Amino acid sequence: MLLEVTDLTIQYPRATAPLLEHISLGFACGEVTALLGPNGCGKTSLLRAISGELDYRGNIQLFGRPQADWYRRQNDHRALARRYGLLPQHSNLNFAFTCGEVVQLGLAPGSLSRAEQEERIGHFMQRADVWHLRDRLFPSLSGGEKQRVQLARVLSQLSLADAGDKKILLLDEPTSALDLKHQHDVLALAREVAGDNTAVVTVLHDLNLAARYADRLVMLANGLVQADGNPAELLQPELVEQVYGYRGQLVDVAGYRALL
Amino acid sequence: MEFRLSDKSLLPALVALLLLGSCVSLAVGAMTIGWRDVLAGLIHWSWPGFLELDVPEQYALVLGEIRLPRLVMGLMVGGTLGLCGAVMQGLFRNPLADPGIIGVSAGAGVGAAFVLVFASGAALTTFAGGIFKDLQWFLLPLAASLGGALSTWLVYRLGDRGKSVVMMLLAGVAINALAGAAIGLLNYVADDRALRDITLWQMGTLGGATWGTVAVSALVLMIGGALLWRRAPALNALLLGESEARHLGVDVVRLKQLMIVLTAIAMGAAVSAAGMIGFIGLVVPHTIRLLRGPDHRYLLPYSVLAGGLLLVLADTVARTLVAPAEMPVGIITALLGAPFFIYLLWQQRQQIF
Repeated sequence: MLLEVTDLTIQYPRATAPLLEHISLGFACGEVTALLGPNGCGKTSLLRAISGELDYRGNIQLFGRPQADWYRRQNDHRALARRYGLLPQHSNLNFAFTCGEVVQLGLAPGSLSRAEQEERIGHFMQRADVWHLRDRLFPSLSGGEKQRVQLARVLSQLSLADAGDKKILLLDEPTSALDLKHQHDVLALAREVAGDNTAVVTVLHDLNLAARYADRLVMLANGLVQADGNPAELLQPELVEQVYGYRGQLVDVAGYRALL
Repeated sequence: MEFRLSDKSLLPALVALLLLGSCVSLAVGAMTIGWRDVLAGLIHWSWPGFLELDVPEQYALVLGEIRLPRLVMGLMVGGTLGLCGAVMQGLFRNPLADPGIIGVSAGAGVGAAFVLVFASGAALTTFAGGIFKDLQWFLLPLAASLGGALSTWLVYRLGDRGKSVVMMLLAGVAINALAGAAIGLLNYVADDRALRDITLWQMGTLGGATWGTVAVSALVLMIGGALLWRRAPALNALLLGESEARHLGVDVVRLKQLMIVLTAIAMGAAVSAAGMIGFIGLVVPHTIRLLRGPDHRYLLPYSVLAGGLLLVLADTVARTLVAPAEMPVGIITALLGAPFFIYLLWQQRQQIF
């Protein structure tokens, strides 16, 4: 397991009950895992705990080493940054960087030459379909465009890993601001990234998108993991009602199962 | 493509303007000195026997002991203000974070005023005899730095670590009010001499420049500037957000400590040398960002150069406008900067800097 969460409990200082209680989850290399659950169930908090930005009880291991270990020495911290990235849900960058410069910031943990940097910026901006925005000012973009530029930044960051190194990519609602085409493009890209020695964990709200692109779904609600397994098993109206309080209807269209 | 100047045009332009501004600043004042005499006077002052130049002795004295230290002081203090403005705006991720507006200068001012009052008789701009002079030379910047650090920390915490612009500005209002009250109190217990010093110096003036104070300012700017410039890539990452910077391998806690401590020391040195000169830290980095973009690798050194240039020009105006008297330079920078601040607030609605 590249990323292992054991017996994790998160409780905010003035909350009466824990947000997450004794959660244990492992994320394997090559897999796309979708974290699902109703608003406020702790999906983003789980990602923040994994990133070490939130107090928690329990144990989190990144690449087989306790999380806090990675941040003790500057060299380890930088080495971690080359193989472990997070795409945030929102970006509040107000300064007038061009999109190309924003993607270049992703290469900060490395030590590439100017030419190599240009090459990777071009490559990943094309992959995220934002190459045409390279000279535009980042703050002037729409929400979806910003999200894709940030994705290109995080992908270029993970490209700094040494060949053969395993990587972790966390995506916090990567599709929330995207149009239909780009929702599919971005998740297909996440699949490809997983194929390159990477464990991908993504928070999603769209069950059908999750079922189509993820290898594994994890449903959180009421502080607990309600279900954890492959999409075919989990896309059940009864289970979905238990998690979300909404009973949909399962339909089969051209080989795809969808919950409406 | 957005309009941006290349380094090939911006750097030479800034350096040329600096040289030109410096020459003008040396030549004009209560007594206008021709450019030949400026050159001759400076040579005569620095190396009296050299070339046997025919230049009035008073020119050499005015240039070497008054205008030149004042010019260098202007460059150093202006550079420090430009640098600190740029760094604080990076720390708060907001272009309205001027050391004056958010109360850092005022905090430093209280620290310095405290020393001034309780050390009155051996005031800042005079060379009082005895051992206390040596102590004050060190105590004044130290107290100012402590005051500046305390205000920065307070504003930073109150402003939710830079997330809330409104809280940051309100915290600035509160600290400025508190500092105003503290200085008012200190005015009460001050003797006439200290009172005059505090008043003049609250408005900001380069009039107290001596080679001693110039040396402190220069040292602080060089060391602080170099340390911060070295961290420019990390400062860029911080603009994305604290969490993002951490994910990019930046030790955010230590970086922020470094930024707060170094800006506080630099502001302490600047404030204790020249008083409270406002708005340079606001106007200069903003202009550089417009011309060259927000990348700190360029923003920091260019802000130092442009800050020095702006303060020297403002000081030249302050010295000549009502010659032979002179205005506090803080009035000039405020006249220039306050409308600019209003314009920025206007622009804030678009959220792009």
